[in-house]
Amino acid sequence: MAQVVLKDLNKKFDEVHVVKDVNLHVRDKEFLVLVGPSGCGKSTTLRMVAGLEEITSGEIHIGDRLVNDLPPKDRDIAMVFQNYALYPHMTVYDNMAFGLKMRKFPKAEIETRVKETATLLGIQDLLKRKPRQLSGGQRQRVAVGRAIVRHPQVFLFDEPLSNLDAKLRVQMRVELKRLHDRLETTAIYVTHDQVEAMTLGDRVVVMKDGLVHQVGEPLEVYSKPRNKFVAGFIGSPAMNFIDTTISDAGGLYAETTGMRVKVPADRVSRLAPYKGKTVTLGIRPEDLREAAGSDPHDLVFEALVEVVEPLGSEILLDTTVGTHTVVARVDPTVRAKHHQKIRLAFIPHRIHFFDNRTEEAIV
Amino acid sequence: MVIERHWKKWVYFYIPLTLFIIGTLFPFYWMLITAVRPDAELYRSWRAVNNTPFWTLQPTLAHVQDLLARTTFPRWLWNTFFIAIVSTGISLACGLLAGYALARLRFPMAGLLGTSIFVTYLVPPTLLFIPLADIVRNFHLGNTPWALILTYPTFLIPFCTWLLMGYFKTIPKELEECARIDGASRFGAMVRIIFPIAVPGILSAGIFAFTLSWNEFIYALIFLSSPERKTVPVGVVSELIRGDIYFWGQLMAGALLGSVPVAFIYSFFVEHYVAGLTGSVKG
Ligand SMILES: Nc1ncnc2c1ncn2[C@@H]1O[C@H](COP(=O)(O)OP(=O)(O)OP(=O)(O)O)[C@@H](O)[C@H]1O
Ligand SMILES: [Mg+2]
Repeated sequence: MAQVVLKDLNKKFDEVHVVKDVNLHVRDKEFLVLVGPSGCGKSTTLRMVAGLEEITSGEIHIGDRLVNDLPPKDRDIAMVFQNYALYPHMTVYDNMAFGLKMRKFPKAEIETRVKETATLLGIQDLLKRKPRQLSGGQRQRVAVGRAIVRHPQVFLFDEPLSNLDAKLRVQMRVELKRLHDRLETTAIYVTHDQVEAMTLGDRVVVMKDGLVHQVGEPLEVYSKPRNKFVAGFIGSPAMNFIDTTISDAGGLYAETTGMRVKVPADRVSRLAPYKGKTVTLGIRPEDLREAAGSDPHDLVFEALVEVVEPLGSEILLDTTVGTHTVVARVDPTVRAKHHQKIRLAFIPHRIHFFDNRTEEAIV
Repeated sequence: MVIERHWKKWVYFYIPLTLFIIGTLFPFYWMLITAVRPDAELYRSWRAVNNTPFWTLQPTLAHVQDLLARTTFPRWLWNTFFIAIVSTGISLACGLLAGYALARLRFPMAGLLGTSIFVTYLVPPTLLFIPLADIVRNFHLGNTPWALILTYPTFLIPFCTWLLMGYFKTIPKELEECARIDGASRFGAMVRIIFPIAVPGILSAGIFAFTLSWNEFIYALIFLSSPERKTVPVGVVSELIRGDIYFWGQLMAGALLGSVPVAFIYSFFVEHYVAGLTGSVKG
């Protein structure tokens, strides 16, 4: 049980700066997810916590110890790798017992712990097998078992589910979550899948190009993205971005060809300095709906339907407005047809605005 | 269709393969048949009516007995074996550590070091023996097994290093990272995780090193002079050809016995050895 603190953490591979001034405070028993596009430095950050990668500058604390110069074995952590990294020449039992043996636990205790953990994960019948005799999902469980059998202070996961097929991934995701609730151990989890990040994380850290862009609870990151990158990265289908000009015609409006939206009252003061300038308007597909007659006309626009994707519980509409593509996620009852026009309405308090130059959210 | 395919298979596969096998194995067959042929047949004129060059009707073990009882051949066998084993051991130990370091550790000039080790392997022994002879003399190692045990690694270590480095690179590095997190030191992870997984690679490096030393000729010819110190390849050639008389039977018996251990080792480890060369680690 321990907190993990990263202070001004930097990593350079020769001249390539891949982790830049990362500051994070992982609370005790928290499940923190690092998410970001490929190559953004998530794994490198995690590997520095594990002690597998030298720290260029900055500090890492685990519990109340500064661990910068501790070798991995003395950090009291366990890690699950994307390729599982099961020792191919050992049985499942020996794989799980390895860490305990290295730490000179008595044989009897090793046996009870391994059996207990195996039962917890439902792999008690596989203990005598070699890793190559297991399916992908079973290997995954063994890898998780090997990590938890040692009762470490911190779990590190580097994309542990990405080698599984979609269905199994969802199942394991739920199981990991349940396991974490039960074990109450601090965990840092790396993924590039934002759905995994949202569902697993107590808090989510969104990274890009070695920088932390936002830290927050999943719903907070979703509903109040700090900048355009976070807004576009979290949520699927991604948020629509529309370049609009702010104009003043007895109230502020965001305008572009085919669309004229009234700026919600609570945003007026912040947007006033942008009068005459272009800002990016962001709206999530699920925050658009088919317009009803009662909708105020300055929250409604007309779009041309290009593609209709019925998903059963909802319909995704790919539409165009002027030169912009806008995706809307509407009720399955909406009768939209290819090449027809449809009137869509904004949910006003869900509209986001981003500064075009800094890409920061205007709030 | 079917007939045509049949025919193609013969022309492109069976016939060339058969010719190839015959071509490869014929010298061994010749060695075998000569080793068991009685002297009377060996020195029979080629044009004699009863000449049967490709087989013999009275196989005999006389040459083998002669070889073992009346020459220092058993001694040569032992010398060769001893030298090959010790120099293979030394080279494997160095090659394992060097190969691991080159495959895994990040240190300045690692690439340069790797290349230079490889380049030393490319220097032909026919040139290298001249300076080596000087060194061997200065250390008073001439005519002792140590002259060879210490010079063979000059080509065995680069060889083992490169083969093992290639093999180590195929082993996912997460395995030892995981072991290091699990509580092993870097060295512990290497010994407990990487080496056991690399057994096929280590075996093939060992087999190759062993055969290279077993068959080595030039250094053995130059650094050893007394008959009882010689190795099989040198002994057979220098002691069993007396003047211009070729004792074909003994020569071939010597060659045969000399190649048996190598063939035996190869066949024993053939599976590991193939896995080592193709370098596949399955998780
Ligand atoms: N050993 C290394 N030497 C040089 N550059 C490296 C090394 N390891 C990683 N990098 C670089 O550092 C950057 C970050 O890599 P990292 O593995 O942390 O990305 P990631 O966020 O985990 O991406 P992914 O989702 O693809 O795993 C990448 O641009 C990568 O090319
Ligand atoms: Mg990664």
